[in-house]
Amino acid sequence: MSENEEGHGFAGALRTIGGHGEPFRGPPCQLVALGGGYFKTSYEADLALVDTRLRRTAVVALVLLLVVLPRFASSFLLDLVSQVALAALGALALNVLTGVAGQISLGHAGFLAAGAFTTAALVERGVTSPLVTLPATAVVGAVLGLLVGIPSLRLRGLYLALGTLAMHHVVLYVAGEMQARAGGNTGFTIPPARVAGVVLRGTVGWYYALLLAAGVTLALVVNLQRSRAGRAWMAIRDRDVAAASVGIHVARYKLSAFVWSSAVTALAGTLFAYQRGFVSVEAFGFFVAVEYIAMIIIGGLGSALGAVLGAALVTLLPYGIDAAVAAVSPGAADYYIFPAKFGAFGLLMAVFLIFEPLGLVGIWRRVRNWFFLWPFRHRPLRAA
Amino acid sequence: MLQALATTLVVASLYALLGAGYVLVYRSSRVLNLAQGDLLTLGGYFVFALAATFPGLPAVSLPLAVLASALTGVLVYVVLMRPMAGHPIFAAVLVTITLGILLRAVIVFVFTDRTRHPLGNLGLTNPPRALPGGAVVSTFDLVMVATAVVLFVGLFVFLKLSPLGIQMRAAGERALLASQRGINFHGVFALSWALAACAGGLAGMIYASNVRLEPSLDVLGLRAFAVALVGGLDSLAGVIPAAIIVAAVEVMSVRYGNPLLSDVSPFLCLLLMLLVRPWGLFGTREELERV
Repeated sequence: MSENEEGHGFAGALRTIGGHGEPFRGPPCQLVALGGGYFKTSYEADLALVDTRLRRTAVVALVLLLVVLPRFASSFLLDLVSQVALAALGALALNVLTGVAGQISLGHAGFLAAGAFTTAALVERGVTSPLVTLPATAVVGAVLGLLVGIPSLRLRGLYLALGTLAMHHVVLYVAGEMQARAGGNTGFTIPPARVAGVVLRGTVGWYYALLLAAGVTLALVVNLQRSRAGRAWMAIRDRDVAAASVGIHVARYKLSAFVWSSAVTALAGTLFAYQRGFVSVEAFGFFVAVEYIAMIIIGGLGSALGAVLGAALVTLLPYGIDAAVAAVSPGAADYYIFPAKFGAFGLLMAVFLIFEPLGLVGIWRRVRNWFFLWPFRHRPLRAA
Repeated sequence: MLQALATTLVVASLYALLGAGYVLVYRSSRVLNLAQGDLLTLGGYFVFALAATFPGLPAVSLPLAVLASALTGVLVYVVLMRPMAGHPIFAAVLVTITLGILLRAVIVFVFTDRTRHPLGNLGLTNPPRALPGGAVVSTFDLVMVATAVVLFVGLFVFLKLSPLGIQMRAAGERALLASQRGINFHGVFALSWALAACAGGLAGMIYASNVRLEPSLDVLGLRAFAVALVGGLDSLAGVIPAAIIVAAVEVMSVRYGNPLLSDVSPFLCLLLMLLVRPWGLFGTREELERV
């Protein structure tokens, strides 16, 4: 599901304007322009990630805004953006696995934990440089993804989801054993990330680092979706038998989706560990996995933009509830705030699942199409 | 050794009650109800609230709590699961996860997250009983085993012999065909949700009286789905041996391992089963293709 699906056929545009079944046979050019859509005339245009001038301007403006934000924003706001960026990193990775390749994973928190605890284990042995820990966690994540992915060769849907959920608990068990064995029951302390004498610490430093990581991952994911692997994953998602019959190596691509996704998620776990400076099993419960699933569902399955939007909404929701509760009744007890946050999250997820399965991206596309197509209501049918 | 056996049976009964809930809902709608653990907690809190309202009258508060659990099941089906008809199954499963989150939020909102003991208000006591052979279990342990036995016998009779039970099996097999034969399958599905909520709620009531009551009991439900899968998601009979196996592994890992290992042992059983025989001990193999 690329963002550039507007190029519907010439004949289709005509059919819509002429009404159902009766093609309109008049001068086509103006009418096509009315029906929305634009057409590409060169391979360069087709390959470009950002295609219209408006979009290019918007992207440049967004990047500039994010770069200069630390100059005038409070550190609280910067911290929020960093959290969204970190969540987006995990959501983008899960989205490749679940949204693009169609392999359901309830064990995403396990991959995060694997990354964080690999870092903790390395730090325990005196290796603190991110230059070592980041590649190491990527390898651990990839191997774990391979292991979790093997059942996916036999299992589909629900059964696969249960397998990943079980794997999540096994990973947490190993992490818990590690934590118990290390003596201190509470967790591991991670020293600040230091590369070549430069220490990464403070809100602003992490703001840029996490934003950069999320930006690179976003670009990678958008490009992956347009690559051979991305197309193979989508074919497997839509129907694995059909994918196999057109020559896609289903097993290889299913596993590669798992490996890719879990490696990126494990990296996100490492970044989480360095940012917090502390790693503990309690931070990776089943609820975290549900949160990541919620992000990609609320955002819109299969869309990179959706993963980012969903990550932002799910991350910011508790703060929104905090603000709302503080505004309505400042003296509310703490134990009312927790169920309010929890319940609002559940309600949001249920509402999207039942009423808007396409997610925020679906809403966005509808609004955009409404402007594109006005005064018409529907996009032309491709084959009427 | 006998003690271990007795403990295994008690844990197995708890898992069997929860597992029955999973299987009942799965057979009717192919949805795995991941909120089963929260239905258990809710049952416990029903007893807690009703026992506080009618102190010393267990004959009033216990049946009312069972009724409330059943009504919750019907309500869940009508409000949440019916709109999911026609959506992908996994979306429906995710809705059950959100149901669990919502139930938990409501429970914490109403009852706070303090640990409760409804036994005192019920006016009952829970004295330990010595079994022949030297094992000691609590009275409510025995109640748990008895409830599981009664529930399973009742379910088998109901599903095999009663017209409604036969309709339920028919609707679970082919909803379209059943509806063409005049079976009100929405009613049947709602009934299966009610039964599942009852089974979970009963387990919660007994567990709350026996041990303690707190919102985090829902992990029990998460562990019990290993039972449902080991037995075969569509096989009610499979729940019994699966519950015994999973409980035995768990009791063993407490004895010879550590508590952390016992927490994860049901999931190890689940993984092993997925690798060897994903459709479960007594499940039908075609189920793998249906989801």
